[in-house]
Amino acid sequence: MLETSTMLATVQQVISNNQDKPGALLPILHGIQDALGYIPDDSVPVIAKALALSRAEVHGVISFYHYFRTTPPGKHKIQLCRAESCQAMGSKALETHLKNKLGIDFHETTADGQYSLDAVYCLGMCACSPAVQIDNDIHGRVSKESLEQLLSNLEPAA
Amino acid sequence: MSINVYVPCDSSAIALGADRVAAAISEYAQQNSLDIQIIRNGSRGLYWLESLVEVATDAGRVAYGPVQPEDVASLFAANFLQGGDHPLALGLTEEIPYLKKQQRLTFARVGITNPISLADYIAHDGYKGLNNALSLAPSDIVKHVTDSGLRGRGGAAFPTGIKWNTVLNTPSEQKYIVCNADEGDSGTFSDRMIMEGDPFVLIEGMTIAGLAVGATQGYIYLRVEYPHAHKALNSAINAAYEAGYLGDNVLNSGKAFHLEVRLGAGAYVCGEETSLMESLEGKRGLVRFKPPLPAIKGLFGQPTVINNVISLASVPIILAKGGEYYRDFGMGRSRGTLPLQLAGNLKQPGLVELAFGGSLRELLYDFGGGSATGRPIKAVQVGGPLGAYLPESQFDTPLDYEAFAALWAVLGHGGVVAFDDTVDMAEMAKYSMEFCAIESCGKCTPCRIGSTRGYEVLDEITQGHDLEKNIPLLRSLCDTLLSGSLCALGGMTPYPVLSALNHFPTDFGVNNKANAA
Repeated sequence: MLETSTMLATVQQVISNNQDKPGALLPILHGIQDALGYIPDDSVPVIAKALALSRAEVHGVISFYHYFRTTPPGKHKIQLCRAESCQAMGSKALETHLKNKLGIDFHETTADGQYSLDAVYCLGMCACSPAVQIDNDIHGRVSKESLEQLLSNLEPAA
Repeated sequence: MSINVYVPCDSSAIALGADRVAAAISEYAQQNSLDIQIIRNGSRGLYWLESLVEVATDAGRVAYGPVQPEDVASLFAANFLQGGDHPLALGLTEEIPYLKKQQRLTFARVGITNPISLADYIAHDGYKGLNNALSLAPSDIVKHVTDSGLRGRGGAAFPTGIKWNTVLNTPSEQKYIVCNADEGDSGTFSDRMIMEGDPFVLIEGMTIAGLAVGATQGYIYLRVEYPHAHKALNSAINAAYEAGYLGDNVLNSGKAFHLEVRLGAGAYVCGEETSLMESLEGKRGLVRFKPPLPAIKGLFGQPTVINNVISLASVPIILAKGGEYYRDFGMGRSRGTLPLQLAGNLKQPGLVELAFGGSLRELLYDFGGGSATGRPIKAVQVGGPLGAYLPESQFDTPLDYEAFAALWAVLGHGGVVAFDDTVDMAEMAKYSMEFCAIESCGKCTPCRIGSTRGYEVLDEITQGHDLEKNIPLLRSLCDTLLSGSLCALGGMTPYPVLSALNHFPTDFGVNNKANAA
């Protein structure tokens, strides 16, 4: 976890870079998540004050959008596409394999903090289904074997 | 002189190894002191051949694919820089039938140019439409778009010219152009390909829209799942500002147009136009009641043109060549071309831009090459997750908005997802309800509650429980969703659900249509 003062300084910086934009809340939330990996609960009152919103309004926006997270992600983020095109090419088998291997369900993080598993609904890779995103890299035409290879290429626990 | 080698920067090509291929080619050339220049183009849309590497020769561009990093040494050994023969050689790119049979208007430059080079864009007929628009009165720009017959390519197919005309005639100090780039429909990727492969065409289209209706600010609402498109758009926007194509004085016309990309945050419903505007305003993406129409009271309460990426990207060619040129493609009330996206279980998935009027069968077999698994194609979902499933008996339907509507199906954004005969359509129907429940904004009851109840009923049905009670219950629930939902999410989830039930009753444990009804 981050030192609160460091966290708040980052949040403040993101706010001052964005708060004059029309409709500033989403750019601010993106900025915070880009910098910290998640949107800490302690940042909510600061954002609310800067934009003259209630804390409930800020919380409501954070919770509405699937992409925003309020807890730190695992060291490696794995996103599996569940949408139709990937289903037509075997994503369900990949889903079962990943869940068994990692011992977690979608939207969970392994106990050692190494992996987060998330479902996504379309990465736009429908012409090379099934698709999996690992951290910032998207992979197409993924098989169980190539998925194993990709996971084993990830750096081991720090 | 150095030889130009093209390796796509399209994100699907990268997902298939294009970055590693480009690195391997560059490394080999350096080690062997070969004078080449690698250009990262967009994708030609022949995805089963990605990474598709092209070399510029005297005869034209020659293609090789699908190239893996380990193929690079053998390509050099086969003298591919001079178009040499190789097991992966495909001949002249433009002669590949999949590409040659297409009518590429909106996608004219995609795969050919360096997406973020303004000079390349202009050298390939870019900004001709804007130049023409600058010499026209706003109402004449709108007239070209109306005459072209262009209808909203996001899915709703509303005539673009009528929308623009309403905004033009609604007086206001501030108006907006909003591009809906929240391409969340499964099986669709044409918006992504344009934004990654030819971002200037979207910028030009939005600038023309701004001139047409008197809007000075544009926003591209881009889904966060498209980081490569984000980067390409921002590079292109910066280049357009530097060269005077955007800013306070567009090409010294005295007219201003500013453009900014805003990111969504993973909510499918934000592809609905009113929800998108709420999101742009920094709120939860709750769908608004209509009226008032966005054209009259849209973003921040001001008159707003809100169009899909493909609609806006089709505007430059309409202004460059005239509304009639575009209108002469197509059939019936579906004018121009539609970039179709072949996805799912197909041997040759990719982007196929065709004039309206071809058939689904032609797409699936002539272009798609049949299923990837070699098994029979059982069902095809057209138009995204809210589109109907079509059985083989409907594959001869012409690709036309009205022809699809007559079958209680939708052409939508042109996504085509094929399934082979291993698919269980009752499971797909259950997934549709589950997806609706996950993505519902929660404002209207039929969608918020109905989707969850629908999932539960389908869960019972897939377990074979009480079919004589549960099938009519599912139909009744779908009727409520259809008639009572505020937007297309709840209102159209019954399309995949009921089409699955009607065309594939045995997957639901009932013998035939009569029993299913």
